[in-house]
This record gives sequence, C-alpha cells and structure tokens, in this order.
Amino acid sequence: MSASTRDAVLKRIRRAVGATPAHDRARREAVAERLSRTPAGIVPERGQVPPAERLALFVDKATVAAATVTRVENDAAIPDAIATYLREHNLPAAIKTGHDPRLTALDFSATALRVSRGPSDGDDLTSLSRADGGIAETGTLVLTSGRDNPTSLNFLPEYHIVILDAADVAGDMEAVIAKLRQRHGQGELPRSVNFITGPSRSADIEQTMLLGAHGPRSLHIIVIGEPGLGAAKPKPH
Amino acid sequence: MQITSPTFKANTVKALADVDLQRALRHVETGFIGKRQKAADALPEFDALRDNAKAIKEHTLQHLDLYIEAYVAKVEASGGKVHFAEDADHARRIFLDIAKRRKAKTVTKGKTMISEEIGLNAFLEEHGITPVETDLGEYIIQLRGEHPSHIIAPAIHVNRDQVEADFRKTHVDLDPQRDLTRPETLLSEAREILRRKYGEADIGVTGANFLIAETGTSVIVTNEGNGDLTQLLGKCHVVLASIEKLMPTLEDTAQILRVLARSATGQEMSVYTTLSTGPKRAEDEDGPDEYHVILLDNGRSNMLGTEFEDMLRCIRCGACMNHCPVYHAVGGHSYGWVYPGPMGAVLTPSLIGVDKAGHLPNASTFCGRCESVCPMRIPLPKMMRHWREKEFESHLQPQAVRTGLNLWAYFARRPKLYRTVVSFAMPLLKLLAGRKRRFRMLPLASGWTKWRDMPAPEGRTFMQAYAQSGHGHGDER
Repeated sequence: MSASTRDAVLKRIRRAVGATPAHDRARREAVAERLSRTPAGIVPERGQVPPAERLALFVDKATVAAATVTRVENDAAIPDAIATYLREHNLPAAIKTGHDPRLTALDFSATALRVSRGPSDGDDLTSLSRADGGIAETGTLVLTSGRDNPTSLNFLPEYHIVILDAADVAGDMEAVIAKLRQRHGQGELPRSVNFITGPSRSADIEQTMLLGAHGPRSLHIIVIGEPGLGAAKPKPH
Repeated sequence: MQITSPTFKANTVKALADVDLQRALRHVETGFIGKRQKAADALPEFDALRDNAKAIKEHTLQHLDLYIEAYVAKVEASGGKVHFAEDADHARRIFLDIAKRRKAKTVTKGKTMISEEIGLNAFLEEHGITPVETDLGEYIIQLRGEHPSHIIAPAIHVNRDQVEADFRKTHVDLDPQRDLTRPETLLSEAREILRRKYGEADIGVTGANFLIAETGTSVIVTNEGNGDLTQLLGKCHVVLASIEKLMPTLEDTAQILRVLARSATGQEMSVYTTLSTGPKRAEDEDGPDEYHVILLDNGRSNMLGTEFEDMLRCIRCGACMNHCPVYHAVGGHSYGWVYPGPMGAVLTPSLIGVDKAGHLPNASTFCGRCESVCPMRIPLPKMMRHWREKEFESHLQPQAVRTGLNLWAYFARRPKLYRTVVSFAMPLLKLLAGRKRRFRMLPLASGWTKWRDMPAPEGRTFMQAYAQSGHGHGDER
C-alpha cells in the first residue's frame, strides 16, 4: 500500500513540476550538488566578530533568553561553581550527569556533592551536561545525544547546568553545522541534536510568558577558559 | 473533526457576540505584533533572509520528488521507516497498524497540526487508545473537547479563569481548596500531571517543522520541552509530517529557522530546536526503540504547478493570523476547520474543497498585512482572489450575488454608460435619503445595513467633483 502510494505521490510531483526525461539529469545534478556542497546562504553579521566579542555576545543573548552564565578559568574550578549554584538556589547537593570523559574527570571530593551517572529517571532535580558548542548570534547551546550526555538530562530535571568551553562558542549556526559534519561525517548526525536557548517556557495561558513549562525551569551555563584558545575551530564558511 | 466552514457567516456572528472569546482575542494583537516587529528590526539581514527562505523553498518544491527520495534513503539508513499516506484516512490506518503491532494503550502527543488535519485523536479513542496532548495549550483544549483556534497558540481563545475551571473539573483527586488564581500555578499543575504520562506512553507522536533530506532528520521547534519529552520517552516515536516540510540541507534549515521564530513569537530562536535522526543507537542510554515518519500528501501534490503552489512554502509560523483584522475579530474557530486566518483561507479550500470553504477567502479586507509579514513571502491576498474567481466560475455563490456582480461588470466595462447612470443615481439617492443623509435599510444590501447605516451620496459623483475641483483639467473621457 505504502510503496504504491509512494510511487503515486512522486509521479504526481514529477508531472506537476514538469520533470521530463530530457532534463531529469539536470534536476538530479542540481539536487546532488546542493546536498554535497551545502551552500551557506546569508549569515548574519552580528556573529562575525573577534573571539572576545563573540563570547560577550553569546553571554548577552543567553541572558536575554533567561539563562544564567558564570565563567571559570579551568575544569578544576567547575565542582565549586556547581556547589555554589546549588547552595544559592537552596537545592539538594546532588547532580545527575553522563559519562562524558570531561565530566568523569571532575574531582568533586572537595564538595559535599553526590554525583550519579546515567539518563534521568524523572526524579533528578539537577543535571549536568557538557555542550558541544555555543552559538553567539542567539545565545544557543548545542548538545548531542549519547552515553556521554544522555538527552533526558536536558529535559527532565528542573535545573540544568551545562559546561561549555569558551573556545567552542561559534559566531553562527553554520559554523556549528560545519563542526557537526566534520565530527560525524557528511550527511550523518547523532540521534539527537539539541539546540537550547534558555530555560523551558510557555505563553499558552493568556500570552503570559512563564518559565518552566515541561523542561527545566532554570538553565545555568558555566563557561570555561578564554575564547579563541584551546579546542581547534573549523573555518565557518 | 467536523467541518463547519460552510457556516462561516453564522460562526462569525456567534464569535462576535461571545464575550469570553472577545476578551481572549485581545491577547493576539498585544501578544504577537510588537514582538515580531522588534525581532525583525533587530536583525539587519531579516528581509534578505526572507528572500532566501523563499528561494530555498521554491528550489525544494521544484525538486521535491528527488529530495523526498534522498530523505527516505537517509531515514532508512538510520534505522527509521517512512510511510507514505495518500490522505487522512490512509494516514490513520498506517498509525493504527503501528499502534496495534506495539499493543499501544497510551499515546503522548507533542503539538502537531497534521494530527488535527487527519483527526487522529477521535480515531484513536474509537479504537480504545488514549491520546494525551502534552503541549499546555493543546492539553487545555483537549480537556475542553475543543480544537486549536491558532496554529501556534492553540488555546488563545481561552481565558485563565476558564482554564482554572477546567482543571478543577478534571483534576478531581487534587485538593479542591488549592489556589489556582495565577497562571504559574496552572502551569505547575499541568506539568506535574503530564510528567507521569511521558514514560508510560507506548508511542510518542510529534509533528515536524522540517524534514532534512541531507541527513534523514525530523526537526521540531518548541518552547515548552513537551515535544522533546514525548519523542524521547515514548517507546516508539512517530512523526506526522506533510510532504512540503522537506528541506535540502542543514544550512538551508538554518536559514529558515532565522525567520521562523522571529515571525512566530518574536524570539530570535525558540527554546528548543531539536534534530532527531532515527531510533535509539547502540551508544544511547535513552531514546525510542522505533522511529517512524508518516509522510502525508492529502492534496498537496495537486497544488504543485497551480496558482496555489506558493502556499506550499508556508512554515506555519502564524504571523498572518496574528496580523489579520478578521482573525482578531472572529478568532480561529469561526474558520471551521484546522487552519484559520489568511493561511487557512487559502489552504482550506485546497484541502477540503472550495464548495465547503468558499466563505474563507471572502473573509478578507485585502489590507495586505498578512503578505507583508509572511516570512516566506506568500502572496496570500492574491491567492484569496484566485479562490474568489474559482468560486464564481464554479457557480458557488447565490444567484442574487452573481446577478449583481454580472450587472456591475456590464456597466464597469462601459465607462460612459456607467457615468451617465451614476450621475442620475447619485442625486436620486441623496433625495431618497432625506435629511438624515443615511439609509437604515436598502433592498439587496441587508448584509451591509444589518450592522450599520449606509451613508447617502452627497449628490455629485467623484468624477464630477474631481473635474470641478480644478485638478481634473476636463479630462473626463
């Protein structure tokens, strides 16, 4: 049933767009070319700035989207930054996190934090993830699925803490796409790629914007290190 | 869902007299227009991006067969399955087959307009399967037994006190003394109730804002996170999408994302833009075991190559209805089917027939605001005119209207005769109107005089006045 429907739908489309055998080859080449060359289109100027300004733009845009941002010098300072955040928000000293090597290497012994690992079962109040990158033009985080950072940690807990290398903040979405393609291969993606801009919200009751709909009520970003240093960056365009 | 588009006029009379609805509709103007403008103004490239978004969709539609083929191949390579559905009935049967095989009892749902288009909820209930809407607005209207009145703000016709009443009526096991006067408490209550449902679901259903051919990916753009929990925690993820959602590449998708959220809610980026590719993988600890896409045609391929092809560029942002004076006055339910506002006035006749939906393209002042804010530059007023012409050609209007229009057309094509007749008619009407200078009733014009008086002409025609004003230079041919 479905196969014959497929043929019927495609046939109707071909007839409607006037796809004759005579120029079918040109059409196929146009599609193959676009899929392999992946042209970038119009990229807003606002993200095309030097690294320090780019990071400042990211912080500004993320804050406008109601995320909170703090900066630390290096990974060694992360456990204390997390403990401080939990204390300031009167939250239990417990976090759920994944098996990301950067996260498993963190030494929480100086804090009283209880750290458990794996996807969220819905009972975790606070989670910790590592972002693949950030997008300065909109203050957006980029997270990918897998054992390192299970996707449920991005959505089920009420408080989501995300660590992000300052060097991984790109100017625009196209730069992030180029990086994903470089890492996962042309035409390939992880099962889930989450672009996250601020905490969850809804305006479904009388157009009044409220934070904390179904996803986290709070999104806290810990930016590590200095922009323009560390991780190698692919050329955006 | 029951189609009430044929009774559009009666629907609007009811809507205009509905005090609660009129109170709720005020939020459309205040909630959307200024935010969109601010977001558009803050991005210098906004209009150039609109042009490019239009060009991308045009290219995609001209090569849609090939992009669909490429997309299907990528979905299958990632372990998912694509099912082609000819129409609503076919899509429902495909869904039921999946549900039966999975022995599904409960289905959680992110927001999807295709589900409304195919009437999925009522169908599932008939087959003993419980659909649970998880978007706050969709949840509210499911409790009320209603349908969305707006494509991105489904419960915009409902006021807070009405939501409170619905929650008290439905959530009977909660403390009846609890305080629900603030929207925050209503949101928390819905969150707690729905939270339990995600993991219990046998199937999680979402729509798709885009389907990407390059990677075989479905994209949802949301603010609440319910769509993500639905597609992540349900054991089987079913995507409902129509064929025009296809996009070539990730870069192309990025272009249109830049105009989508800004046009819809005035955000630069919605909170969650999620790319899903296939089911759970070996390295995943969460995610669905199965991933299906039901790809619906339902009349769309027949729009290609016609004067309505431009409508297939629509990305369902809702900007046209947010800016429409008719929508502001009568709300979404008046339109009588799934898609309201200007985009609905064009799309609905294509999908359910102009014989049923002929009133909708007539419900326009032709002010042009819809086209001026459409991120995909869809010429909505022009297409409404096409429908009016088609309606006339297929003799769908009442005889009195047709005779009147034919009579007017006869004179309009004969300017000299027209002016002669009018130059006699104007003084006569002035005389008949008497001292009040207005008509409370006119034969054949009750549609006007029922709601307001008809002002009487001053005596001279415009052309006469123009000629005498000294600007006309006696150039009256």
